[in-house]
Amino acid sequence: MDFVVSHYNYLIAIFLMMTGFYTVISRGNLVKKIVGLNIFQVSVFLIYISLSTVKDGVAPIYVEGVKVYSNPLPHVLILTAIVVGVATTALGLALVVRIKEAYGTIEEDEIHSQDNSL
Amino acid sequence: MWDHLSLLLVVTPLIAAPLAAILPFGRVPWALAFLVALACAVMAGMQLWTILTGGPIQYELGGWAPPWGIVYRIDEVNALVAMIVSGIAAVALPYALLSAENEIEKHQIPLFYSAVLLCLAGLLGITQTGDIFNLFVFLEISSLSSYALISLGNRRQALTAAYQYLIMGTLGATFFLIGVGLIYSQTGTLNMADLAARLPEATGLKTVHTGFAFIMIGFALKLALFPLHLWLPNAYTYAPSVVTVFLAATATKVALYVILRVLFTVFPDGFVTNTPAGDLFLMAGILAVLSGSFRAIYQSNVKKLLAHSSVAQIGYMAIGLSFASVAGVTASIIHMFNHALMKGALFMAVGAIVYRVGACRMEHLHGLGRQMPWTFGAIIVAGFSLIGVPGTAGFVSKWYLVLAALEQQQWIVVAVILFGSLLAVIYVGKIIEALYFKQATNPELAVEEAPFLLLAPTWILVFANIYFGFDTDLTVGVAERAAQALGVAAK
Repeated sequence: MDFVVSHYNYLIAIFLMMTGFYTVISRGNLVKKIVGLNIFQVSVFLIYISLSTVKDGVAPIYVEGVKVYSNPLPHVLILTAIVVGVATTALGLALVVRIKEAYGTIEEDEIHSQDNSL
Repeated sequence: MWDHLSLLLVVTPLIAAPLAAILPFGRVPWALAFLVALACAVMAGMQLWTILTGGPIQYELGGWAPPWGIVYRIDEVNALVAMIVSGIAAVALPYALLSAENEIEKHQIPLFYSAVLLCLAGLLGITQTGDIFNLFVFLEISSLSSYALISLGNRRQALTAAYQYLIMGTLGATFFLIGVGLIYSQTGTLNMADLAARLPEATGLKTVHTGFAFIMIGFALKLALFPLHLWLPNAYTYAPSVVTVFLAATATKVALYVILRVLFTVFPDGFVTNTPAGDLFLMAGILAVLSGSFRAIYQSNVKKLLAHSSVAQIGYMAIGLSFASVAGVTASIIHMFNHALMKGALFMAVGAIVYRVGACRMEHLHGLGRQMPWTFGAIIVAGFSLIGVPGTAGFVSKWYLVLAALEQQQWIVVAVILFGSLLAVIYVGKIIEALYFKQATNPELAVEEAPFLLLAPTWILVFANIYFGFDTDLTVGVAERAAQALGVAAK
């Protein structure tokens, strides 16, 4: 039980990761796949943020008399990764719009039955 | 200026990309893209020359020394891959002029060249950088632009192919991100040289093993290593011809470079052989060769046939690196170089057929060999190179791969390589049969030879295939030095 309490952030991240991954694989709806992909990416962001915590550390802003700061680098990295995630989602949704125009549906199996391409 | 060569190689296409998008008129965006690609090829050539004569380059961005700043660290391997990428771009862009006008809508052309330049910047960035997170950012730059490029194909399947690649590619990149995070948590650094120094102490940790697995799976997805290759055939088939040429000859090569770099430089000696990674690469490689070649035989679309053949060729490269010996990695690097030449030439020749006929299913090819003799000649020579006929570049890479397998006494692998070549005879033979020995379906329909602007780049690559089949000093010499620069343990 101690393990669960002390590692709850990682457990949440793993739960989200599996949820997202499962959604990407199992759902036939192209928008839902992208939602799953987003959840999957966010879980990775959480892992990074968890890594940056330093025990008894404060936010990495200079304050008189404080010796221990959390590691700011993962936050910066994740800021970049969030931007990448936004770009990916935008491109993915744009593709879904075009697919809807071309096929009249965004269900994987219906697209597949139209020309065996997905 | 020359000190900044390594950075200019990445920054030039990056700056040119938005410029190409806002230059709306006529062929100006193309001219810009072509000039930039040419400049990159020249710079990559000079960089390779500097390294071959004077040893590795270290470039600190903004003058910030590592570990605070990002460094570009370039040795023989990076320089060679950067040379392949920018060389192919410089050859593919003259080809793009007519091919893109034919296959892409007019108002999208400036954006198309913008995306090509972004993709080039991303791929070159991956090869240049010495920081593993920086690598992820460049990976996403190149991936996002390649999804957009694939979706420009003129059939609707291009959209679904791009979507499928987007999902799989993003999963791969995110896997890589997880792996980098896990390794960062144990070493506290993202600089590849620092990682290489600190990882030996941490190899016993489960976190490091998990991170390693995530990075490998992520890049195996980008490499399209069997069984993670499902996105590749459709993406290559339905993308515009010139995009297929560019991506087939560069994107998978860069992914292979990252795998080599992480496997041999970042992780300590023996990590490949002490973990199941080596065996898994060997198994995946063998299955890729067999399954890719068999699938290729049964395709009725020539682009799809070549795409499945690419899966098989990636298998050869995986077999080479799985030996973790200098000979094996050398063979892998030689094949990476030669495969860029042969697949580039073949996809260009098929693109020329698409330019004239508008399609590339087997039945559209019937009898075209007599009407388009130069295109046909290119397909024959590059096809022979793909099979591995002596006197072509393909023979050299197969030869070194077989030698590396013999050195490990892996008789089954030798048999698989030779059997794969036999299967290549069948699928290349199928294309040649359709082009030359089949009667034209519509004999009155006169098909002209492809225009000079499409033939010239094709034949440049064809001649390169022949040239590197005879002059092996350059490829083999550089590849051997590259394998040593990677830090492959000599056995």
